[in-house]
Amino acid sequence: MEIKNLKTYFPTRGSKIGKKNYLKAVDDVSLTIYKGETLGIVGESGSGKSTLGRTILQLVKPTEGSIIFEDNHLENLSGQTLQSFRNQMQMVFQDPFGSLNPRMKIGNIIEEPIKLQMKLSRAERKNRVKELIQKVGLSEEALNKYPHEFSGGQRQRIGIARALSINPKFIIADEPVSALDVSIQSQVLNLMMDLQEEFNLTYLFISHDLSVVKHISDRVAVMYLGRIVEIATKESLYENPLHPYTKALLSAIPVVNFEEKREEIPISGELPSNTNPPVGCAFHTRCPFAMEKCKNERPLLKVVNHNQQVACFLHDSEHKVTSETSETKKELVES
Amino acid sequence: MDVRVPTMPYDVAFLSASAWGSHDVSHVCDATRRGVFADASLRARSAFLIGGDWMHASQVEKNEETTLQKEVLLEVEDLRIYFELGRQKVAKAVDGVSFTIHKGETVALVGESGSGKSITSLSIMRLVPMPPGKLVSGSVKLNDREILTLPEKKMREVRGNEIGMIFQEPMTSLDPVFTIGNQIMESLLHHQGLKRKEAKNKAIDLLKLVGIANAEKVVDEYPHQLSGGMRQRVMIAIAMSNNPKLLIADEPTTALDVTVQAQILKLMLKMKEEFNSSILLITHDMGVVAETADRVLVMYGGQIVEEAAVKELFLNPKHPYTKALLKTMPSLDQNVDRLPSIPGSVPPAHSFPQGCRFAERCEFAFDQCKQQLPELINVTDAHKARCHLYSGFGGGSIV
Repeated sequence: MEIKNLKTYFPTRGSKIGKKNYLKAVDDVSLTIYKGETLGIVGESGSGKSTLGRTILQLVKPTEGSIIFEDNHLENLSGQTLQSFRNQMQMVFQDPFGSLNPRMKIGNIIEEPIKLQMKLSRAERKNRVKELIQKVGLSEEALNKYPHEFSGGQRQRIGIARALSINPKFIIADEPVSALDVSIQSQVLNLMMDLQEEFNLTYLFISHDLSVVKHISDRVAVMYLGRIVEIATKESLYENPLHPYTKALLSAIPVVNFEEKREEIPISGELPSNTNPPVGCAFHTRCPFAMEKCKNERPLLKVVNHNQQVACFLHDSEHKVTSETSETKKELVES
Repeated sequence: MDVRVPTMPYDVAFLSASAWGSHDVSHVCDATRRGVFADASLRARSAFLIGGDWMHASQVEKNEETTLQKEVLLEVEDLRIYFELGRQKVAKAVDGVSFTIHKGETVALVGESGSGKSITSLSIMRLVPMPPGKLVSGSVKLNDREILTLPEKKMREVRGNEIGMIFQEPMTSLDPVFTIGNQIMESLLHHQGLKRKEAKNKAIDLLKLVGIANAEKVVDEYPHQLSGGMRQRVMIAIAMSNNPKLLIADEPTTALDVTVQAQILKLMLKMKEEFNSSILLITHDMGVVAETADRVLVMYGGQIVEEAAVKELFLNPKHPYTKALLKTMPSLDQNVDRLPSIPGSVPPAHSFPQGCRFAERCEFAFDQCKQQLPELINVTDAHKARCHLYSGFGGGSIV
């Protein structure tokens, strides 16, 4: 899956004819998601991470840019052809209370997508539903119950079973565990990881919780005001965060550590409004390292090393410095 | 006609909450919160109308300076709050909770949803609607004064004056139809008997103190014009406006982003120092606990299952539930393939097992655990746990 320069803007109220105001929920995002991996997306509320997920599924039409899924441009599709791609992509939602129809039995909830998308006989469908409910760790009796009879964690399992029902290749999980207690959270995360292995799934895992994302992801993208500010493999992002925002996010997480005081990167204030984002680097209003340049120019996502990309001028110059030194080193070696 | 107004508010709030006929505990709580705040604004206006009628009472308790750090501020003993669910079903939301809070101390109350931590905190403020709630037993003493039996009128002098409270949802706990200034001034007018102008100035000062940049402007704005973090700052300003001795913070940062959460927690600790008060912090986030609390109470199934100083609890947890809880936290420092998890889920409050409430999910459980509820006993001097492993039955095999 490849996403190129994706933009999703929502027109805001009070825009005049000929001069529209937009809320830039997703602003020029380019991403590649590889088969079988888990890409984590983190960001504060309002950073556009959920809209990104919805746009990929075409639940929201993108304003610009392209979404390429196995060599097919999804943004041009509609109707029947789009449907046929949708069954390869499924979504697990955040709210386990709001995403299951309270008037349907669990069995019907899981069966519904199968009915719509797969040509199976009634008996085959029933068998498949039974198989699925066991895969997610619930008993068959659950099929005849209604959603209100289950706890949050169990409902999230049902949501996962529904998403898996039509053999998707790609699952977008939008904050699947943030409504759950910690002890239940780990059960659901483990389940998701097991299922990934078993069905060779690709995940786009959206969350605001950096420690959860760290646990499940292979690579992590950090979003701020609709843009990706840093994308890296899990190891390099958490051990060597480069963007000041990533550093601040990591240092803001309360941790259990009595021995050493962590380095603190204080950031003040809150997320600026999406309708009127700061000119230049969107983060410069809160960044402790902001320079004159940051206020005027927008930094682009640049490759810093082979597993890390960052959109920050600080690393522009650093990158040059390090590459220069490595070049001089090379020259030295050669001579 | 106006004179009758101040006598009714709380009862009205409670009546309307219970009149919904909702037997779901959390619904009632939400209703109460909303009810209380709707009532609060009513009170703001009536307080202004009636003038000095209630004012002098607030001067009585204007506090003595704290002398000893270890002085007891709040003492909760054997608190039991049950909810009748009809058909002889009783939810034991809080079932025999005892603890103390010393002056200047930050005590964290941790537990999963449904463990009874919010009801415990609400009952200290006497905000649990009764009925459907029922106080079965218990005493709550603030500075040696029993507050569970105070008449409602006296209790109103305690709320917001001696005990301040911050709620989880900064969106719903402020009244949308009153300005920020009005809502801060309300408790100043009520408890301190200030003039309106003085109160407004004090409100601006308070807003500055909680780190709101253009306080003069914000004071005349409405809640919807502020962000979540700012609203929580306003809530803190309201809670601290009368220098309360105890600040109860019920999940104050759960609805906020991490970067804002860090700011708010820092602010709370700063305010605690400034006003020399104590904090009862209710949370489910162990990271928050480790960074802010002095002492920790772990709740499970309506009871305290472990109590210890913060460092002791994290480095040397005793109760299997605490141990498991600490292990299941996804952490930034460690790399594990699979997170350890606790099987099963919290038993519902209306059908607790006869024995230990954690027994079903506990990896160390033995026969005794299923039959007899363990007592909260001292494992070491300042470390209590409610577990048979330490009560002599299990021979202390995992100590």
